[in-house]
Amino acid sequence: MTSFLILAFPLFGFLLLNVFGCFFSKRVSGFLASASVLASFAVSVLMLRDVFLAGAIRVPLFTWFQVGQTNVSFALLLDSLSLLMCLMITGVGFLIHVYSIGYMHEEEGFTRYFSHLNLFIFFMLFLVLSDSFLGMFVGWEGVGLCSYLLIGFWFQTAAFGQAAKKAFLMNRVGDLGFILGILAMIMAFGSTQFSVVFSGASQLPIGSGIITVIALLLFVGATGKSAQIPLFTWLPDAMAGPTPVSALIHAATMVTAGVYMVARSHVFYMSSPIASTVVLCVGVSTALLGAIIATRQSDIKKILAYSTMSQLGLMVSALGLGAYSAALFHMLTHAFFKALLFLAAGSVIHALHGEQNVFKMGGLRKSLPFTFGVFLIGALALAGFPPFSGFFSKDMILLAALDHSPLVFGLLVLVSILTAYYVCRLVVLVFMGTSRSDKTAHESSWIMQIPLGILAIFAAASGFLHLPEALHPEFIVVTLLAIGLMIAWCYRRFSQVQTSDEKTGIVFRKFYIDEIYNGLIVRPILLLARFFWTIFEPVILELPATILGKSVMFSGRRLKQIQNGHIGFYLLVMTAAIAVILVQLLWI
Amino acid sequence: MTWTQVIPAEWYLILGTALFGIGLIGVLIRRNVVIVLMSIELMLNAINLILVSSSAYHANLSAQVFVFFIMMVAAVEVSVGLAIFTVIYRRKESTDIDALNELKG
Repeated sequence: MTSFLILAFPLFGFLLLNVFGCFFSKRVSGFLASASVLASFAVSVLMLRDVFLAGAIRVPLFTWFQVGQTNVSFALLLDSLSLLMCLMITGVGFLIHVYSIGYMHEEEGFTRYFSHLNLFIFFMLFLVLSDSFLGMFVGWEGVGLCSYLLIGFWFQTAAFGQAAKKAFLMNRVGDLGFILGILAMIMAFGSTQFSVVFSGASQLPIGSGIITVIALLLFVGATGKSAQIPLFTWLPDAMAGPTPVSALIHAATMVTAGVYMVARSHVFYMSSPIASTVVLCVGVSTALLGAIIATRQSDIKKILAYSTMSQLGLMVSALGLGAYSAALFHMLTHAFFKALLFLAAGSVIHALHGEQNVFKMGGLRKSLPFTFGVFLIGALALAGFPPFSGFFSKDMILLAALDHSPLVFGLLVLVSILTAYYVCRLVVLVFMGTSRSDKTAHESSWIMQIPLGILAIFAAASGFLHLPEALHPEFIVVTLLAIGLMIAWCYRRFSQVQTSDEKTGIVFRKFYIDEIYNGLIVRPILLLARFFWTIFEPVILELPATILGKSVMFSGRRLKQIQNGHIGFYLLVMTAAIAVILVQLLWI
Repeated sequence: MTWTQVIPAEWYLILGTALFGIGLIGVLIRRNVVIVLMSIELMLNAINLILVSSSAYHANLSAQVFVFFIMMVAAVEVSVGLAIFTVIYRRKESTDIDALNELKG
């Protein structure tokens, strides 16, 4: 039952901060929130041994509900996959909590921020620990809610509130697919519990229709949560939230939920070649699109957001290739180095008092040496520079692609080259050259530096957690050369840039995808809504009701005049009525 | 040959109906509430007459029991009605039925 505590601590932290938060000072609430996540992390570490010995532990908690033959019980499932996720969520989550204490210390809603952060950790753990798709869906919705709340943390700014709504609504589209997938699953297997569903699925022949349908529907959910084509446009806008939120939710944990879900239900995808192909295509095109857009952005967080989208595309491609361990490994290393990059970017933004445009930075390596160091580690890891972590995980994915088809391999190599390019461009623009900012930067406090340092160690070294069986020296040499050349070229190209000259072009405008979505989907829906609002409702629905009501009121006004108050008249009417009734009774 | 057979039954019915009609017309056309009340009494007694005569005609006593009830209710009604009219007269200084025109929506 100790595994239950993994979930209990963050929930307790959320309740405590939400109910009694007004009595706590900022220091206390930040400490409580971080401590609850750390406790959860400690319990996860303690569970490692049990899981290692037992393989998988199922902890039944309670029966949720029962409908007909379908019995939905809520249970925790601890196996290597869910425990890996738990460690990643609570570990990175704890560091980001600590960082947030420093980053958010001037904010008004400090306690609200931390209570939502704890709630997010709770739902994320709920998502990865539950042993049925329905339980996963509960966590899935919960993290969507927390994402909405935290993107809209500065809801006083209307644009940020809009970004929060956009993220929420786009996720809803994906969630619809997820729900339909769950329903199809209940129809096919009568349960949503992993063990039942997967044993049922493995008995069906490969390529059977129902499996393909379920797999594709689940993948629709994954595209929403993991920002894949076509439901990705919310992720860059989600950068409206505080930077630690972007690090935690929109880089390290929540957006990997889709990858986790596909990896968890790999039985479906292995027995459905069509679904796997779709996953592969979506993943590769998302990786390419994100990387291309990231090369032309000027907002430091947007660059990282498109990079996240691209890396998620890489993970999804690995899932489509059937290289599940490679996908999960890249997810883990990505969680470290992307969280590190976001937090370091937050440190830069903090130092420049909210400046996010990279063309107004420059030369920061002198004033922010520590941030420069950790950012460089994160950037090299993201670019896949050996021996940093990103190299090993990308290497695994690329090797899997090479086994599959040269085309996919070529595209993914192209993605990696683009990745190296935009990362080098980012580092050079922010840290090299001379300062283009009129503000003086100052290094952030120790409470923000410690998490950065720890994450930097993991970003550098986590590649060694899972060394490939055979290292390919030619891979290492080619990568070293390629990235080295890229760095040199970017340095020449961008170190002396004075102002942004890249405000135009189809890539800067993100291929007009937001505009296309607006034109094709949002505007027609708004027009339809306007039609219902101005024509359908008043004319078709309200008019008959209005006519009925008005006629009743009109006849009421006319009939009222009969009741004139003269008793003689009343008696006359009464007598006449009785006479009529008598006549009716006697003769008719 | 009893008296019921001397006078034909139709005569009682005609008399009762005539009395009822006179009472009804009195109720409908007279303006003085006391006269209206008297007309109602006339209608009740017309009914009583019909009931009693048909009871004797059919040699069935249950209708006569009914008549006692009607007489009792009529007595009660007159006393209550007169009391109400006394109060109304105090308020309105009138016994005209058209003065009571406040019962309207």
